[in-house]
Amino acid sequence: MEVWSNVFSLALFTATIRSATPILFPALAGIFSERSGVLNIALEGIMLISAFAAVVGSYYTNNAWLGVLCAVIAGVLTSLIHAFMCINLRADQAIVGTGINILGAGLPSFLLLKLFGSQGISPIVERIHEWRIPILADIPVIGPILGEQSPLVYISLVMVPVSYFVLFKTPFGLRLRSVGENPHASETVGVSVFRFRYLGVIISGVLAALGGAFLSVSYLAQFVKLMTAGRGFIGLAAMIFGRWNPWGALFACLLFGFADALQAAAQASNVPIAPQFLRMLPYVLTIIALVGAMGRANPPAFVAKPYEKA
Amino acid sequence: MYLEMKNIVRRFPGVLANDHICLEIEKGEIHGLLGENGAGKTTLMNVLCGLARPDEGEILIDGMKVEFGNCLDAIKCGIGMVHQHFMLVPVFTVTENFILGNEPRKGARIDTARAREMVLELSEKHGLKVDPDALIKDISVGMQQRVEILKALSRGAELMILDEPTAVLTPQEVEDLYRIMRSLQEAGHTIIFITHKLQEIKEITDRVTVLRDGRVVGIVRTKDVEQVELARMMVGRDVVLRVEKDQHAPGEVMMSVKDLRANDSRGLTKLKDITFDVRAGEIVGIAGVAGNGQEELVEVLTGLRKQESGSITLDMQDISQLNPRERMYAGLAHIPQDRQRRGLVMNFSLVDNFLLGYEDLKPFARGPMLDYREAEKFASKLIKMFDVRTPGSQILARTLSGGNQQKAILAREFQRDPKLLIAAQPTRGLDVAAIEFIHNELIKFRDQDKAVLLISMELTEILDLSDRILVIYEGEIVGEFKSGQATPEQLGLLMAGSKKGQM
Ligand SMILES: Nc1ncnc2c1ncn2[C@@H]1O[C@H](COP(=O)(O)OP(=O)(O)OP(=O)(O)O)[C@@H](O)[C@H]1O
Ligand SMILES: [Mg+2]
Repeated sequence: MEVWSNVFSLALFTATIRSATPILFPALAGIFSERSGVLNIALEGIMLISAFAAVVGSYYTNNAWLGVLCAVIAGVLTSLIHAFMCINLRADQAIVGTGINILGAGLPSFLLLKLFGSQGISPIVERIHEWRIPILADIPVIGPILGEQSPLVYISLVMVPVSYFVLFKTPFGLRLRSVGENPHASETVGVSVFRFRYLGVIISGVLAALGGAFLSVSYLAQFVKLMTAGRGFIGLAAMIFGRWNPWGALFACLLFGFADALQAAAQASNVPIAPQFLRMLPYVLTIIALVGAMGRANPPAFVAKPYEKA
Repeated sequence: MYLEMKNIVRRFPGVLANDHICLEIEKGEIHGLLGENGAGKTTLMNVLCGLARPDEGEILIDGMKVEFGNCLDAIKCGIGMVHQHFMLVPVFTVTENFILGNEPRKGARIDTARAREMVLELSEKHGLKVDPDALIKDISVGMQQRVEILKALSRGAELMILDEPTAVLTPQEVEDLYRIMRSLQEAGHTIIFITHKLQEIKEITDRVTVLRDGRVVGIVRTKDVEQVELARMMVGRDVVLRVEKDQHAPGEVMMSVKDLRANDSRGLTKLKDITFDVRAGEIVGIAGVAGNGQEELVEVLTGLRKQESGSITLDMQDISQLNPRERMYAGLAHIPQDRQRRGLVMNFSLVDNFLLGYEDLKPFARGPMLDYREAEKFASKLIKMFDVRTPGSQILARTLSGGNQQKAILAREFQRDPKLLIAAQPTRGLDVAAIEFIHNELIKFRDQDKAVLLISMELTEILDLSDRILVIYEGEIVGEFKSGQATPEQLGLLMAGSKKGQM
């Protein structure tokens, strides 16, 4: 009994938020891309590449924020490859995504060796420190949970209403969604399918990059081989579970984040369950959520379908 | 001259869709565009509305040369198009579709209140009622068409292109459309109207341009020509607009349907204990307004939907528990109503489409392998027999024109040598020549002592072809007539729900 009460403390919820962030970024990233009609299973790869780029940036400038900037640039560049193959060359989007994931797994390890002469981990670099939000931090219960987190955590949370607003309240969002639902209709009213799909994929790249940067220069202060551990994919699961809606995705991410925090806390407090099983928790939850969401989820009608002009 | 298209050329791989086409449109006229399936009408209009670029040729408006890089350019020049397949986003509301690409703003956000007002204002002004908050997927095709027309008007369309607007409408909705077209004309708009129905051309247009094989073969004033003449121009030979068929004595009962009851996908009862027979050597027509259970009937008979109760026998064999393929082997063939969804796999080549339902039969199946040499032979035979116009059997089904898609399905289904053929809306959207062809094939089939169940919303088709007519209303058979016994008025009344005794 004693050990379990150690697990369920306020710190568990603080950790939940922290664990949700690197899932929330790719989930939002997926929403932007898929709403525009481009399947994006490349998020995992993009996150890895950007996480590495963030460490490199931070290492050479001694400024973690410049590291984040490097991550965003790397994320956008990788996304541009994805966009070019999917939109211009009309390649199979699942295959392009898989290709980028393989690149994301291999390239950082290769560069790690080249730049730092190390296998698997980078040197420790400057990281982004938590911010203490003045009034918020002093509120009981909420304060300890939300009041002192990494600025990237706050950015991810703020991105939820922002994404919702952009997608569902602005002309830009209407057009972006139309391109994913019926690009032929968009074209006839002068909305460029090409342009909006590119924008969808690029925004997606920026968000995924922030997710990667959070892991390497905020949560940790170094790059570790394959450090995303499937978070890009869990993000996609959260996107589906949340029905391609930012609020839904946030809910799903908090759920996954909770599972992740729970298993970590349980391991730390030596609960009598084998750690291997505990570590499976978030992934099992992902599968259950996906199976449950399946029949009900309505993806954008033209996702993964290349568009060909008449 | 208001609009001129000069020497427009547009090629597709293996097809010259538009071959130096010249089209002249006067201000304020309703101009008909007539041509067989695949004549190049849609292609030409896609060029005019900026969706496709011509390989050669130019467009002039009021004598000034214009070039359209995309649809926006054409919209700016006052050209709006209602496409053959509507260009709407199904999961958006009427208002969202209406404003897409042209959104009223309030700061950064869409001014939804203003948008709604715009829809209502314009719909009021033109007498086109729509519900601004309904989702497109929930409203009828007639309504969707109104949204398309309003969309074009809101962007200041002077010239309105209507590509086969009547193909999907009920007779009542067609009347509404005529009314709308006339009032647009009075308001000074110019209209290009595409249809396959000659009486519609006669009724509403001022002038007609006729296309055949991508070329202009005639430009006439509508009141100067008869329907047969138009048909001849369009097809290049005389066309019999009336079906000619001999009396044929029906034989044994081929299919017998007893007390058939079925629900639709939402669980509402759509067939209420229907009973009827179809005999060998007989065409039985089912007349009715769309949505009175015809779709469910076809689905239950072919095994695509489970019946709640009742039995179906085909040539003495009870088939009501068999799956679609077993029914096919038992002697049932099906020409589905929606050829693009159920008739063909649009992204398959013609050969592969022909193979459907034959793929595990000899000589095409050899152990686990398909014998494509045999398949190719089979395909060429069917293409020749049914005059499918295509550059080859490797062409994807989706690039064929509607008429040729239908001919391909017919060819495949007749080749099964079925005992009974279910033909649902077999000539929807087809040109007169294709209709003539398909009607003749159906009659020839009957004359070989086969049975046909014809489902059609087109009353003339039912009257022309059927040996016996059943009228369906709200899932019940409310009338039965021998050929020649019923007048269109009688049928029309029954279809609209007035009971026999009250006629
Ligand atoms: N995207 C495409 N790729 C290849 N061929 C095409 C394509 N679109 C049309 N075609 C071909 O161009 C020709 C003209 O087609 P179009 O759709 O313009 O005919 P249509 O007159 O509108 O016929 P319908 O009355 O059936 O609508 C046809 O032979 C068709 O197969
Ligand atoms: Mg057409």
